[in-house]
Amino acid sequence: MRVLEERERVFSVVGQRLPRVDGWAKVSGRAQYTDDLTLPGMLFGKLVRSTHAHARLVSVRLERALKVPGVVAAITGRDVPVRYSVFPVGQDETALAVDRVRYVGEPVAALAAVDPYTAEEAARLVEVEYEPLPARMDLEEALRNPEPRIHDSGPFGNVHRLASLEFGDVEAGFAEADHVREDLFFYGGNTHAPLEPHSALAWWDPGARKLTVWTSHQGPHYLHRGLARALGLEEHQVRVVVPAVGGGFGGKLDIFHHEVCAAKLSMLTGRPVKITLTREEVFYAHRGRHPELLRIRTGVKRDGRIVAMHVEAYLDGGAYCSFGPATLLYAGTQQPVTYRIPHYRFQGVRVFTNKPPCGPKRGHGTPQARCALEVHLDKLSEDLGLDPVELRLRNLTGPNELTVNWLEITSNGLRACIEKVVEASGWRQRRGRLPYGRGLGFACSAYLTGAGGSIYYSDMPHSEVHLRVDRSGGVTVYTMATEIGQGSATAVATIVAEVLGLQPQDISLVTSDTDLTPIDLGSYSSRVTLMVGNAAYEAACRARDLLLDAVAERLQVPRSRLVAQSRRIFDRATPEVGASFAQAAQWAEARFGCLATSGSYRPPQKLGTYKGSGVGPSPAYTFSACVAEVQADPETGEVKVERVWVAHDIGRALNPVLVEGQVEGSVHMALGEALMEEQAFRKELHRGPSWLDYKVPTVYEMPEVITFLVETDEPRAPFSAKEVGQGPLLCVVPAILNAIADALKVRVDEVPATPEKVLKALEEQRKGRTGRVGPTKVPPFSFPPPERVPRPQSWEEAAQPA
Amino acid sequence: MERAVRLKVNGQEHRVLVPPHRTLLEVLREDLGLVGTKHGCELGECGVCTVLVDGEPALSCLVLAHEVEGHEVTTVEGLATDGQLHPVQRAFVESGALQCGYCTPAMVLVTKALLDRVPEPSGEQVREAVAGVFCRCTGYVKILEAVQAAARRLREARA
Repeated sequence: MRVLEERERVFSVVGQRLPRVDGWAKVSGRAQYTDDLTLPGMLFGKLVRSTHAHARLVSVRLERALKVPGVVAAITGRDVPVRYSVFPVGQDETALAVDRVRYVGEPVAALAAVDPYTAEEAARLVEVEYEPLPARMDLEEALRNPEPRIHDSGPFGNVHRLASLEFGDVEAGFAEADHVREDLFFYGGNTHAPLEPHSALAWWDPGARKLTVWTSHQGPHYLHRGLARALGLEEHQVRVVVPAVGGGFGGKLDIFHHEVCAAKLSMLTGRPVKITLTREEVFYAHRGRHPELLRIRTGVKRDGRIVAMHVEAYLDGGAYCSFGPATLLYAGTQQPVTYRIPHYRFQGVRVFTNKPPCGPKRGHGTPQARCALEVHLDKLSEDLGLDPVELRLRNLTGPNELTVNWLEITSNGLRACIEKVVEASGWRQRRGRLPYGRGLGFACSAYLTGAGGSIYYSDMPHSEVHLRVDRSGGVTVYTMATEIGQGSATAVATIVAEVLGLQPQDISLVTSDTDLTPIDLGSYSSRVTLMVGNAAYEAACRARDLLLDAVAERLQVPRSRLVAQSRRIFDRATPEVGASFAQAAQWAEARFGCLATSGSYRPPQKLGTYKGSGVGPSPAYTFSACVAEVQADPETGEVKVERVWVAHDIGRALNPVLVEGQVEGSVHMALGEALMEEQAFRKELHRGPSWLDYKVPTVYEMPEVITFLVETDEPRAPFSAKEVGQGPLLCVVPAILNAIADALKVRVDEVPATPEKVLKALEEQRKGRTGRVGPTKVPPFSFPPPERVPRPQSWEEAAQPA
Repeated sequence: MERAVRLKVNGQEHRVLVPPHRTLLEVLREDLGLVGTKHGCELGECGVCTVLVDGEPALSCLVLAHEVEGHEVTTVEGLATDGQLHPVQRAFVESGALQCGYCTPAMVLVTKALLDRVPEPSGEQVREAVAGVFCRCTGYVKILEAVQAAARRLREARA
């Protein structure tokens, strides 16, 4: 038996196609989701929602509802008046509307009854008097009509947040250009639509003065803070527990009305209260993709090298802050991560409208601008007579460089990703040579492996893990890593198992319980594998050290020769000399006492010092490239995506089965965004808050997905493992749009690219006009002059003539 | 007005007293504690509440409890025997055909119903069988693989 050195070691569990640790529970129906839970004496809560998009709330009368036998308590905004928000700068929501409603579906009252029927019946008897105000249902309308303001919080009118930044000298950059092109693009809003509707079960223990909330949520830490604030409790009086979560995608990250209301109703009644949203209500809870208008202007040299770029983003934020300040900045951060842009200006505005609040959805804030950019680059390549892939290759970033906006790229496998999909799809032989109606499209993207900054300022770690080894050799890991289906539990178990020489199923996990598990900021920004993973790695290494010390002492073997592998700790020189893991645990406990270790992780300091530089930095970036093949029908306008090749720079796949699953799921969600999904409104009403009206791709629409995992060496990630949950979505949407253009020689510069829009573009073409549908102008708005940010030194040196 | 309904679920007889409008989904989850059957839209759109009635998929949110009197109902809890997963369940776990798991009980049941009828299904038959259940996580790729893997496993077991 030859034992490999650490560096050349073939990992025992990392990289293996092992079953996920929560697989058995989920496939057998034993996994418990929040709505599956019941407590003795439990009441059922129901929210009453606004029927107006914008109105003064004159009165909310509960008397008739309270008379219904079985109704135990009812509340209005007066009972929960404290404003809150995940974002410290936000603080513009209340659990129930006070004085004003700002979208159809905003909760105005809540009640609790002995069963769901009674609660629903009583909810209909709550009398609400409104005094309607003009509703602003899109960007342009909200900007054109500054009064009455939807909120007083923004700088003026209905503007919520502004960004205006310039890196380098954009006008000087454009002056160097041989060719300048400007394009407009509109990205329709869409929603997460997780299969499990949101649900919360709250129980106030009056004796202990302690509130416990079980909830389908992906960020228990921020919710913990938010609940304490909204309810006027100390944080230690609140415990948030997250049971199994039936999908999140960013849609279960905010502080939600039903969570605060279930808690308040429980505090009033002394009984547990559960509120589960209906499918319709999930569409009002929303926090999905911002509808966004983009204008991109790029200057290039004749050979295709980019010399300057100006991106303008207009975000329709809906009625509240949610994660909007970050969403706005994300629209500008990622373009320089894929391409070298020597002079770059980003200007953005987020506008309030009278619709459910927009927030973070898979890719948070970046898919809209990415899509607009990749479509724009396709057109630029046409202008220059260059292959679209070639244009990208001439501008790619590489590993270990600083972008013009001060983001630090470490590992970068984008070039390899491009080669994989170009090769596999036969791009060079087939693109542009397919029969009319069939087309290939290409796009690249980049995403963060975890946000480098926390949502509220702190210099404390972003992730902490506790680990305990008991005398039977059992290992328990305590982590707030929140499993929403993405596989965080398996990732953590895999890392700990690899370090300790165990199997993932040997690791017991206690997760997402704010009383029992140390901090993790949440399952967002693709941060868990890297941040919780690094903390778990550190805790596991410390436990391994104790075990090795004890074994070395007992067996009189030099510690440096000991390894933990195959559930044993043994001498690599004479592998039969060693101990079982359980034996080692007992020796270590005898030697050191209770075996408990911990680990923590704090991301590197950001390098930029400009206002807004907190959004965009990440310990490591992932890169993806995609080729999509479509068959488009010029008669019906229908687009069928037949095949998608995606290559993703994963660093290293902890478990390739789970990584592929994230890529395939991203393709599904991207397909919906590209072709059919839209959170759209008819006058003041959601156009169709149901699965029948809100079209998502079914198994019949799914294309064949060919996934390539590109491995790179990422020293900042545990076992080099970078993110995969969000990045691969980004390139798929524009690849599909570019494929439509290749197939039909028309441009749909708007998603979703529905059959109606495809037909309209063809109609335009037949009339001899540009075969294009999409926005033709931006709203009347002038951005403030940009803050001029000095470029990193490396850029100034590169600009010097040799 | 409540009435007594006799139900046979996973081979076990139950007698429940329910109002006539009470759905099978509600009775399974709230009266019998079989919460493996998931609550989704209650409009027959998403399919996550699917159970088998006499071996055929049915949306339990659209079926009234009294309609299945005298029929055999199978839920996900009825698949594993003696703590051993059903071959279809094993195939789902091994193929990575589940993520959040919310559609999984229904997916597993529609797969069982298909493979009981068609041991060697074509790709089209598999797609048709699972089309009534939405999945928002997997993009269906590994679900389709899992169904074929389960079919192979069951054929081998029979051979």
